[in-house]
Amino acid sequence: MRTLVIEPEYEAWRAAARQLLAQGVSPEEVLWTDDRQEASLFVGEAPPDTTAVPGDSAIKVSAAFMDLARSVAAHTDARRWGMLYRVLWRLTRGAERHLLAMATDRDVRQLQDWSKAVGRDIHKMHAFVRFRLVGTDAATGREQFVAWFEPEHRIVRLATPFFEKRFAGMDWSILTPYECAHWDGTRLHFTAGVSRSSAPDEDALDDLWRTYYRNIFNPARVKISAMQSEMPKKYWKNLPEASLIAGLIAESTGRVQGMLETEERAAKPAPNNAYLKSLHAMNQREAAAPNQESDPA
Amino acid sequence: MMDITRKLEILADAAKYDASCASSGAARKDSRGSAGVGSTGGMGICHSYTPDGRCVSLMKVLMTNACLYDCHYCINRRSSNVTRARFTPDEVVQLTLDFYKRNYIEGLFLSSGIIRSADHTMELVIEVARKLREVHQFRGYIHLKTIPEASQELIALAGRYADRISINVELPSQQSLNTLAPEKNLARTEEAMGHIRGKIDERHAEKRKPDAPKPPPFATGQSTQMLVGADASTDAVILGCADKLYTSHRLRRVYYSAFSPIPEPSSILPLKAPPLIREHRLYQADWLLRFYDFKVEEIASAADPNLDLALDPKLSWALRNRATFPVDVNKAPRELLLRIPGLGVRNVERILGARRYTRLRLADLVRLRLQMKKLLPFITAADHHPAKLGLDSDSLRARFLPPPEQLEINFDAPPKPATSDFLSVRSGEL
Ligand code: SF4
Repeated sequence: MRTLVIEPEYEAWRAAARQLLAQGVSPEEVLWTDDRQEASLFVGEAPPDTTAVPGDSAIKVSAAFMDLARSVAAHTDARRWGMLYRVLWRLTRGAERHLLAMATDRDVRQLQDWSKAVGRDIHKMHAFVRFRLVGTDAATGREQFVAWFEPEHRIVRLATPFFEKRFAGMDWSILTPYECAHWDGTRLHFTAGVSRSSAPDEDALDDLWRTYYRNIFNPARVKISAMQSEMPKKYWKNLPEASLIAGLIAESTGRVQGMLETEERAAKPAPNNAYLKSLHAMNQREAAAPNQESDPA
Repeated sequence: MMDITRKLEILADAAKYDASCASSGAARKDSRGSAGVGSTGGMGICHSYTPDGRCVSLMKVLMTNACLYDCHYCINRRSSNVTRARFTPDEVVQLTLDFYKRNYIEGLFLSSGIIRSADHTMELVIEVARKLREVHQFRGYIHLKTIPEASQELIALAGRYADRISINVELPSQQSLNTLAPEKNLARTEEAMGHIRGKIDERHAEKRKPDAPKPPPFATGQSTQMLVGADASTDAVILGCADKLYTSHRLRRVYYSAFSPIPEPSSILPLKAPPLIREHRLYQADWLLRFYDFKVEEIASAADPNLDLALDPKLSWALRNRATFPVDVNKAPRELLLRIPGLGVRNVERILGARRYTRLRLADLVRLRLQMKKLLPFITAADHHPAKLGLDSDSLRARFLPPPEQLEINFDAPPKPATSDFLSVRSGEL
């Protein structure tokens, strides 16, 4: 079993950057554009001839930078390629080898911000994808699930290995507007994006899930801002439980009021239970000889 | 016979007062190469949030809400008239798998009211975990609540299937337990925690030996919960208890849960508004203990045993210890940087990294997006020397009131209440 993950955009930038660096082309001399249609990069007038580049032995960049670059590459801001190259230039030709330790540097800060936004988007995808059961494979007996998600950045390839690990035992597809990921038990592969209507709207379990959501909510401690900062409204339309939110908030005051008005219940006597009796006896013994050491009071 | 929807209503409702829902810190495992589902080991994931601001990462339910005990803060106590329900182990297994496969949750948090005996109850809970792991090859997160009085063999078995196990301390002194949870005993709880710690350590030590046979799996951590505002315990007592649990039993987390109104109130414990701000300050203080090298006495002393509700505990400490400031961000050692209000652990690391190559100026700090207003009176930088006057003046505290909304301490699980939330709960309006 093997998973092939190719990151065309990042790879394209890396190849181009490596050649430019080898040729000593400074960041000011390059205009990077981001043409999605052709999924390729243009450097200056023509795409660089990457085949002509000698080995990258001459250029040593830390793994930390490569990780940062891979993550920044998934961001949708068109300025990212130029910024990545500028930092790469400063790290190597500019002899600022310590640059990444300088969180106070404008360029580094910008890359870190982009990377953070991408990381958050990936995290939210892991959290808010909702799989819907669509059938069972007649041949393998494996359950098949489909999910719809709208990421902010181009993160499908970065985010899906997680789903492969977590949901290896079922077949699944995650559909998004720009790229889809599919797992069949042996291979993770990617296809072009589709529209929302390609994904199912509901799952038979959604009602039971909403039952859980409604009942795990504590109306006595409503904190809407805390909920919204972690689960912004833009995600709600694809979350089956979100339809309950308004109602739960609206009725919470009344529910708490009801509790406050409930008559207090008197304590009932202990039932006749052997375990409970032994427990009470044990407690009395301990009370008679308190263990000083474990009493933090 | 009750249907599964009704059972879920009752047994989720019964479980919601347990604050812990963390799903981080487990050993790395995943479902590749198996016919099952599940993975653990990364940062915990909150799959949803309810309007109380709480993270939903695990399906948190009770096996049954019938209970022999009479803990007066608890809706499930035997004196309550709440409708009782009971899951079969298979029902919990099925719900967990169904929810997990839809990515609603990343695991199970299973607790139970105590029926018949501690051992009998533990056996029911363990049976669910065993089936999930052994029959369904479930590799997702499992948190099991254990009972201090259960036999050590059963606790060992629970730890074998679970990623985390926990026993709730509930209240920080035996005196409080005697009134509010007469069946519970602090010494026995701590003893059980000690045993669990022993098992966790044992496994850890054996794992390091290169040629040793693989030790039986055991949970990677234990946690606990303390109720805040149900008894008269001061913050110093609560934090002292937490600190002791962290140091002597190496707990991963202590959760603080503001006592909140429940249906079926007890005549022994009248309902009041939940002390949410106090709960929040306790979490901040807890953070200072664990990551900022503060001592309990520095935060809440015998003379001044309760946290300032208006200011976060770090700022409050700084205002009481003005002689320590200003601190030079270009020279001060790490432990002193950690004491600066408005400066979190991550930014301390950033400052340490950057100042090796440059002398930090205010513009650099602005680029780190620090809370400058909070920071300025307490630091010196290459181009900033606060007037001593500022630090000495009586108005400094006033400057930070009303409570800053932005708090420098981030939590993975606990909520971030604003004062308005607190007020709205008190006045009963949203
Ligand atoms: S033991 Fe106490 S806290 Fe636990 S369910 Fe029973 S009454 Fe509630």
